[in-house]
Amino acid sequence: MSGFAKPLKIALGLIVIAGLIIVPMNFNRYGLFILSQWAVMSIAAMGLNLTLGYAGQVSLAQGAFVGIGAYAAAIMTTHGWPLPAAIVVAIALSFAVGWVLGYPALRVQHHYLAFVTLAFSTLAFLVFRNESWLTGGIYGISNIPRPHFFGIATNKPLPFYYVCLGSLAIVSIAVWWLIRSPWGRAFMALRENPLRAQSLGIDTRRYTLMAFAIGSALGGVAGALYAPLTQYIDPVPFNLSLSLDLLMMVIVGGAGFFLGPFLGAMIAVLLPEWLRFTEGYYLMIYAVAVMGLLIWSPTGILGILDRHMAERRTKAASALRAVAKSRLETAQ
Amino acid sequence: MSNLFDLLVAGLATGAIYALVAVGFTLLWQTSQTINFAQGEFVMLPAFLMLAAMHAGAPFWLAIILGILLSMILLGLAFKMLLVDPMTRHGVLPLAIATMALAIGLKEAVKQFFSAEASPFPSIVPTGDISILGHAVSLQSIGVLVVAILAVFGLTALLNRTSLGHQMQAAAQNPTVARIIGVPVERMILLTFLINAFLVALASMLITPIYLAKFSSGEVLGQAAFIAAIVGGFNQVRGAIAGGLLIGVLDNLAAAYVSTQYRAAVPMIFLIAVILFRPQGLLGRAEERTV
Repeated sequence: MSGFAKPLKIALGLIVIAGLIIVPMNFNRYGLFILSQWAVMSIAAMGLNLTLGYAGQVSLAQGAFVGIGAYAAAIMTTHGWPLPAAIVVAIALSFAVGWVLGYPALRVQHHYLAFVTLAFSTLAFLVFRNESWLTGGIYGISNIPRPHFFGIATNKPLPFYYVCLGSLAIVSIAVWWLIRSPWGRAFMALRENPLRAQSLGIDTRRYTLMAFAIGSALGGVAGALYAPLTQYIDPVPFNLSLSLDLLMMVIVGGAGFFLGPFLGAMIAVLLPEWLRFTEGYYLMIYAVAVMGLLIWSPTGILGILDRHMAERRTKAASALRAVAKSRLETAQ
Repeated sequence: MSNLFDLLVAGLATGAIYALVAVGFTLLWQTSQTINFAQGEFVMLPAFLMLAAMHAGAPFWLAIILGILLSMILLGLAFKMLLVDPMTRHGVLPLAIATMALAIGLKEAVKQFFSAEASPFPSIVPTGDISILGHAVSLQSIGVLVVAILAVFGLTALLNRTSLGHQMQAAAQNPTVARIIGVPVERMILLTFLINAFLVALASMLITPIYLAKFSSGEVLGQAAFIAAIVGGFNQVRGAIAGGLLIGVLDNLAAAYVSTQYRAAVPMIFLIAVILFRPQGLLGRAEERTV
């Protein structure tokens, strides 16, 4: 995206951030809920984007990690622990489980890996549903408290939206730093050519596990925010379709692009809401829109932009070449 | 003991249906690298097409024929032309995601245009029990088994005994060489899509009388078919059949002997074990790995 001048990009970024802070101030309860949900899903999708988009490991289990985070947060906060402590536990737990789930990826790839993670997703759902002593079973856990930060209660929708937005900002900065660090480069090397990465001395084994663990940990963060956002959780939202939705968000937004998950989550969370006026048809239109987009651009929305930029650059380059050529010819 | 026998028969009957669905799934994978996440919804839809035909006044036999024809047009021809063809050159993942979206679309369409409630569906086999070796066995289970076995035998005969089948296999195994020796590869791929549509319509007709017609019934079926396909071997038709029967029996036995709460876990754990220790499937050939 180097087509934009840098100051312009920074200005655009600041306008979007300011908009996200100021515009929702006069939103109603439901609008704020949807926007908070967007922030939470963006975090989860960003985690999956690390695993899939940067490290190239297909995972159909991100929804399960959102569930693990949500249950960790719900159980701890209803027992009087503060939310930040619950988030730390959610991160640690999802990181550990994600690390273990990474082991199959050392053995199998692509669709096989997708199916292992799919099976894991279903198993996690069964545990959420059946272990009622811990998770409340099908009745779920209700009255999940929202936290106090620096003496400010976040019970109202607007303060809690800022909690979600702030968390999204922190996660975004961390991910931004990560993909520019040697680790991020190693992840991309793993995606592009594992064999070459290995021969360059990258410990592919460790980085594969890390890609899973870090991506899953972000799923856990999203879950730990999801629980106080809805204030009631049961197993249903964390079934396989959440994992499929998150995968769809990453691909539709543009896998391997930093901004992809934000756009993907926007389409998956906000587009159905905007289509509400079509009543029963909104999910159908949404499905057709996703298919149409993928037919048009299999690399997602940012893929379109990327292609456009590349075309412009080639055109600019060939224009320069033409000028240079005519100059050379007149010089002769 | 009689309990075990009943469970085995019921398991084989559902397993035979899973096998039909799984066979279609592997056919699509082999010929066009399509992982069809909407395969379960493909089984759900034909029952509604048949019901719609009956509501329009068609007798049952005509509704079945219309349903099968319509699903071959919609789920075979249109699916290939409109979704798979434009996407297949972009790799496996975007197409897989597009089929997920298709699954959502199909479910919502049925919910909107037909009904969100479960509808009863007439059975082609008369209900009742007959006695085999002193056990009462439901006619429906036997009917399902017979039809499914006939379909599978028909398909294997087509693939292995006829020139058309050999051409299809050639198109699946090595499209470039197949094209050189004059196999119309494109037509063969289209044929596998039509066969898949026929198989899911057949499965739909067999399973819907047992589980009722509901927009969401494809979810469980689709997953069972995936597992059957992987367990048996993703690249083998006979693997998918064995996988289907195995998963059907396993599922029924798990419900009786493990726990009803965790019955769904047993096939999943089995799936993970197979992928980790024998990724090519129980009957599959090892795929050559590209690095």
